[in-house]
Amino acid sequence: MQKLDELLEVAEGVVAAARKAGADVAEATVRGGSHLSTKVRLREPELVEEAGSRSLGLRVMLGQQVAVTYTSDFTPAGRARLVEDVIELAKLSQPDPFAGPPDPSLLSKPEQHANLDVYDEAMDALNAAEALARAKDGEDAALSYDPRITNSEGATFTRASGESVLVTSGGFRGTSRGTYASLVVSPVADDADGKKRSGYHWAAKRHLGELEDARGVGEEAARRTLRKLGASKIASCEMPVVFDPDTARSLLGLLASCINGGSVWRRSSYLLDRLDTQVASELVTVIDDPLIPKAPGSRAFDGEGLLSRRNVVVEKGVLKTYLMDTYAAKKLSMQSTASASRGSSGGVGASTTNFVLQPGTISKQELLASTKRGLYVTEMMGFGFNAVTGDFSRGAAGFLIENGELTQPVSEVTISLNLDEILKRIDAVADDLDLRTSTASPTFRVSAMTIAGK
Amino acid sequence: MTSRYQAPFAESGPAPIDPEIARKLLDVALEQGGDYADLFFEYAASGSYAFDEGILKSAGRFVTMGLGVRVMKGDATGYAYVEDLDLDAMKHAARTAGQIAAGGTSVVPQAIARKSPADRYPVGLLSMDVDGLVKRELLERADRAARAADPRIVKVDASLSEELREILIVTSTGHFVRDRQPLLRFGVRAIAEENGKRQSGSSGGGGRAGLEYFDELSPEHHAAEAVRQAVAMLDAREAPAGEMEVVLAPGDSGILLHEAVGHGLEADFNRKGTSNYTAQVGKEVASELCTVVDDATLGGSRGSINVDDEGLEPTSSVLIEKGILRGYMQDRHSADFFHVQPTGNGRRESFRSHPMPRMTNTLLMAGQDDPEEIVRSVKKGVYARKFGGGQVDISNGDFVFSLTEGYLIEDGKITAPLKGVNLIGNGPDVMRKVVMLGHDLEVSDGIWTCGKDGQSVPVGVGCPTIKISAVTVGGTQL
Repeated sequence: MQKLDELLEVAEGVVAAARKAGADVAEATVRGGSHLSTKVRLREPELVEEAGSRSLGLRVMLGQQVAVTYTSDFTPAGRARLVEDVIELAKLSQPDPFAGPPDPSLLSKPEQHANLDVYDEAMDALNAAEALARAKDGEDAALSYDPRITNSEGATFTRASGESVLVTSGGFRGTSRGTYASLVVSPVADDADGKKRSGYHWAAKRHLGELEDARGVGEEAARRTLRKLGASKIASCEMPVVFDPDTARSLLGLLASCINGGSVWRRSSYLLDRLDTQVASELVTVIDDPLIPKAPGSRAFDGEGLLSRRNVVVEKGVLKTYLMDTYAAKKLSMQSTASASRGSSGGVGASTTNFVLQPGTISKQELLASTKRGLYVTEMMGFGFNAVTGDFSRGAAGFLIENGELTQPVSEVTISLNLDEILKRIDAVADDLDLRTSTASPTFRVSAMTIAGK
Repeated sequence: MTSRYQAPFAESGPAPIDPEIARKLLDVALEQGGDYADLFFEYAASGSYAFDEGILKSAGRFVTMGLGVRVMKGDATGYAYVEDLDLDAMKHAARTAGQIAAGGTSVVPQAIARKSPADRYPVGLLSMDVDGLVKRELLERADRAARAADPRIVKVDASLSEELREILIVTSTGHFVRDRQPLLRFGVRAIAEENGKRQSGSSGGGGRAGLEYFDELSPEHHAAEAVRQAVAMLDAREAPAGEMEVVLAPGDSGILLHEAVGHGLEADFNRKGTSNYTAQVGKEVASELCTVVDDATLGGSRGSINVDDEGLEPTSSVLIEKGILRGYMQDRHSADFFHVQPTGNGRRESFRSHPMPRMTNTLLMAGQDDPEEIVRSVKKGVYARKFGGGQVDISNGDFVFSLTEGYLIEDGKITAPLKGVNLIGNGPDVMRKVVMLGHDLEVSDGIWTCGKDGQSVPVGVGCPTIKISAVTVGGTQL
């Protein structure tokens, strides 16, 4: 914990210096981290990257004038410059009647901070040779899986650890640390007509010992690549669309951007003025829960020092709350949901933590079996979403579902429908939730969407 | 240019790096073995100004600095970086990067020769050095103009970001080269509401330029453009679905080139044999109307560079000439592999990342058609005017790009505005379906950022009016 003490000392020094220079409010976040990333390709080492990094972010208020500064220069001169710059910039900003720190009575105390088990002491001990061996195992499993796997974009194993502290002039002091290990394998297969098909699979865990077996990850990557062989466009039509967990969470991420308090007060969300109304089908319950042990988005306190709490955002299709930091809450005349997130550069805004669409009761197989004809989407491409209107149109690839079975692979089509309508048309939710990502969803089906192809 | 922001490792800085220190570090990097090593020193100072609801709500300033050390042995790369530029910390990074080559033979670094590249972005008034009040005033002007332009505008925000990136690259092949890269980006966003409908519009620009940028394209210009788009989209109707003729407006439509052919022509994918353009040099990959170049030399453009992040001077390289594939965009590693000259396309996001072949300014050169004639030639199709971005699957060339402002073309006339929609196609297929090309080549204003393998770099795109005979439009109307 010596490292955390050092970071705390830096943060406290900068907060004191900013106060002395005239800041009414000063908040400093200091982060340190180290990582090792190794990549193999065609069974040979391609990259070994190893480094440590650190950052110091500062936000101040002079009355209600706000500024932020950031530096990676921790020398006394670097820190002095950080404080000098932030005061100069705060004087340039114009008073914002909604700016202000959280009410001190809302700040959490270190003894209230839950241990979320996101740190693995053993992580940093893993050396480059072991990391390369894991990557090599993963790639070898994919290359050996089937002769139709003819090439590879490689396999990458990464371990990372980080620690951060937040100190505010309002009296908050918090520390956190976390670790992360991941393996991604990306094989390539040759298809007819000279096309290639690339696919991938990945695993990630907070604890090294819980990471899936490398060979298993490689084999799944091979299966995901091979099943795309022979993909083609289908004719334009309207039909049910089933989203696998990867693409389902991508849609859920769009919802997350629209229930963000910042988007709401900026009038940049189609969910403006929609609290306590139906925004999705009754099968949809979405919870933002920062307190799940070992999960990727977990945190004991938010970016302003408020105690983390579970927020039910959508309950049986009804929008119950937006996610807000202190500022967004003031703008919307509501209370903070303890959803503040502080970027390494010092800026604060609302964000999700573990944002999860709750699993249903049927299996993925049952869901597919009950779909007579439809499109099973496993990949989406592009940025075709307008948060202001909810209009959604993206490239998609996957499989045709015929009589409840996956048949022909499909590529180069688009799927389109307004997100409001997509969420309302969800008519089946499976039970295959995996908390590998901080925004997570099980497989679900939308009763009808427009597919544009030939 | 002189600036109050200066790298400590600059010649006149407090802790200058000279060829002698660099040589010592390269020796450490290669002491365990290796074929090649380089040092990448970077200092980046940047600022951001966020204007919202009629006030400058927040201002920020950010400084990052560090050294990245790379050691190569065969196809393997060792990489390490450090933020602390004292000699021991730098030596430690050099040793860490050198581990990849442990036990092998080693090269001796060549004698270091200083190089001074041409200046492709002479800046009049470096934004970082100008009083913040001047920048606040530019944002206020945009805000005022947008609010006054139309009563349906309910929300306006504007932002200005500025950067000065100073780099020093030293290689074991004897290069020692410095560059200073300014970058400016200005943006305005407006939201219009009418009868319960709400739409947004935006406009932005910039480049490797100083505040003289605004002499030609004023804050009021961007405000008017954002308002025009937001208001026009209030009447947007559902877009059609299916294959049809599409006409792309000049300038930002170059994003199609960037996705459809650009990424696939980055040499790393071709070295590995994972691109759909692998082994296609000399073959016909586009309609004979198409000549595509990657040009790092355009004065002041967002994608321009004096040197790449491997210390090489880029030129304008022809990728496709009259439909025939001529070559790839190379970095040092891939150029070695293909036994060709590097093209100066080795770029990296920062000292924290190793270089890869990347685009600079990617352009489809002008054709000979009259742009109005191109629109007139379409019976039923889509006119694509503004874009939100795109993505490509390198392995097979399937790409998408999303339209944020598009119109229906009916009987040769641009008619109703369409809701945001995606276009999807296959790179080589779509490039073969380019049937008309305007004489109106435009380079995009400086807004685009390209992502690859988690690294972002600023780029430019450009093209004339383009007609594609069939591409899939991802609307909702069958």
